[in-house]
Amino acid sequence: MQTHILPSFKMTALLLALCSGIYTVLVWGVAQLAPNQGKGVVIEQNGKTWYANIGQTFDDDRYFWSRPSAVNYNAAGSAGSNKGPSNPDYLALVQARLDTFLAHHPGVSRNQVPADMLTASGSGLDPDISPRAAHIQVARVARVRNLPETRVRELVEQYVQGPVLGIFGPSKVNVLKLNLGLDQLK
Amino acid sequence: MNSELTGVLAIFLISLLLAIPLGRYVARVYLGEHTLLDPVMGPVERLFFRLSRIDGRREMSWQEHLKAMLGINFVWLLFTMFILMNMAWLPLNPDGNPSMAPDLAFNTAISFVVNCNLQHYSGESGLSYLGQLWLMFLHFVSAATGMAAAAMVFNALRLRQTAGLGNFWDYFIKSTTRILLPVSVLIAIVFVFRGMPMTFEGKDTLVTLRGDTVQVSRGPVASFAAIKHLGTNGGGFYGANSAHPLENPDYITNAVELIAQFLIPLAMVFGLGYYLRRRKLAMMIFGVMTVGFLLLVIPNMVFEIQGNPAIGAMDVDQSLGAMEGKEIRNSAASSAYWSILTTVISTGSVNAMHDSTMPLSGMNELLAMMVNAFFGGCGVGILNFYIFVIIAVFIAGLMVGRTPEFMGKKVEAREVKIAMFTALLSPLLIMGGTALAAWTFVHDPALPWLNNPGFHGFSEMLYEFTSANANNGSGFEGLGDNNPFWNISTGIVLLLGRFIPIIGPMAIAGLLAGKKYIPEGAGTLKTDTLTFGIMIFSVIVIITALSYFPALVLGPLAEYFSM
Repeated sequence: MQTHILPSFKMTALLLALCSGIYTVLVWGVAQLAPNQGKGVVIEQNGKTWYANIGQTFDDDRYFWSRPSAVNYNAAGSAGSNKGPSNPDYLALVQARLDTFLAHHPGVSRNQVPADMLTASGSGLDPDISPRAAHIQVARVARVRNLPETRVRELVEQYVQGPVLGIFGPSKVNVLKLNLGLDQLK
Repeated sequence: MNSELTGVLAIFLISLLLAIPLGRYVARVYLGEHTLLDPVMGPVERLFFRLSRIDGRREMSWQEHLKAMLGINFVWLLFTMFILMNMAWLPLNPDGNPSMAPDLAFNTAISFVVNCNLQHYSGESGLSYLGQLWLMFLHFVSAATGMAAAAMVFNALRLRQTAGLGNFWDYFIKSTTRILLPVSVLIAIVFVFRGMPMTFEGKDTLVTLRGDTVQVSRGPVASFAAIKHLGTNGGGFYGANSAHPLENPDYITNAVELIAQFLIPLAMVFGLGYYLRRRKLAMMIFGVMTVGFLLLVIPNMVFEIQGNPAIGAMDVDQSLGAMEGKEIRNSAASSAYWSILTTVISTGSVNAMHDSTMPLSGMNELLAMMVNAFFGGCGVGILNFYIFVIIAVFIAGLMVGRTPEFMGKKVEAREVKIAMFTALLSPLLIMGGTALAAWTFVHDPALPWLNNPGFHGFSEMLYEFTSANANNGSGFEGLGDNNPFWNISTGIVLLLGRFIPIIGPMAIAGLLAGKKYIPEGAGTLKTDTLTFGIMIFSVIVIITALSYFPALVLGPLAEYFSM
């Protein structure tokens, strides 16, 4: 065994330099050409900076709501609820979210409430909601902001990102971008 | 919804199309033939061999392969323990994260050395960037270890009688320099341009539009996420793994991560065909694995797209599917596909929380890990499959009343005993571990382990041991697992579940290679036929069903029928 240990040490050091050293520096170097030099994609507006890919809590009636989160959208960590599908406490929580949603959206019936507004995402940081979830909130946002519903609906349409190449994957709406756009509507 | 299905189909087909040429390339690398990267990597490899004083050309017996492999793995284990327990004062720690406690470091060190990546910590708060970079090194070399073992078995399967089975170091280094590293660079470059962080700056603090002060954890994510998938490691940079929007920012990165984790397991199967010049044999193996994969993945996609019936009972719009623990940009369909791909292969990364998948989806995830041979991890998947081949050859031999043969070699009592021992170790570790955990919990229900009551709680414990034994690394993450019981018990299961299923096939292949080659005759059992494929598939189904059915009844099946 001794014949293997010393060469193994040396080989480990060499491979470490290659795989963790040169590889990392190479990718880091390429990242300097990427958006925001690889420090995460950001949005700047009114002198403030936010991360485009990290969701934020929105539960105010003036804004489009984001999805429920198990970590309150604090990206110091990340986690889902890890609740099982049959867990009675969890199902009671979903029911409570549904009741809250309906209370804030008069005229909306249960079967119009999309599941993403009632369920927590895997990371707790999901930046998106489904286009349906955005549309169902249009009436409320328009009413609270005294805007014509058609203008708000057009805004939502403007922020819907369709599938890749039009045929692969889901459609989505980035809630932060939508709400920043909303703040600029006059 | 349709675009979600076409997305998954495209991802599956692209994986196959890329894996065929990669398989040919892998075969050429292990055969020592001339390849594109010779001028770049050849000098690097020769330099490494010279500096470490290792002879990369000496033919080794299977025992020598084993010694070299275990020796260097032991070195990594020691280094990893040291780094994880001293991160607090070592450099590259901008967030001031603490060192690991000994039991957690024990678990994490084993977990990453064995290519499992069970994580009883969250990367944001549990590791420094030095720790992450070291684990990334293990991503490369643990994958290369599995591939080197598979390469030795490939060599042993060639039709001749020999004791010299190539050189471990040669296979190991080339797996890293010729396959894992170059492909990872390409993947990481895609990732940085899709918005994945690649920085050494620490957490950023910002005020949200609503006025909350939050932090955003960053780091060298793109390079990590590339090899994490290519090497079927799966350990996440962040706690939420690839559900995290910085570790998987959009549908394109999602697709690339899905393709990357599938590539090498597929390429090893195709590569076997090119290496042995037995395309039919490779197609038979590919067929059995694909049928098994599809039988698991299609139901999961149906369950997750249909949504949670208990939430459906509230009469809400579930057209998006079961969205608890899933991300909008990934969609229910791709998350369901991922949940099986990551478990049939021993990746264990997740883009949605498995704890929140439907009961029968959870069962299929468990079954995928229990079999662990439908494609399987980097190199080791095909070794696990080899064990089932030996058992199938033996049973088929008994059925026709002849001494069983495989690839021109007589399979005798010793090889079959090793194969049976290897195959039956998994149920012992999984069932034994789960029984011990359940017993402990029943005697002390105050333990903060389970995140869900009833049958689902049992599934959380069963999943953890299954994942540890399969060296998978995904989890029903609700389980409170950062405590000595789970850290130590799964650490031991990880070690046994890694090395016995590597040693077993290496030993069998080595023993068979030493035997006299018998040319094929009229009475030879043909192993590259549909009939034999069905035979192997039946053996897998029977062993799995007999071993695990009772546990699955207590967990996911009971939950399904109680909903």
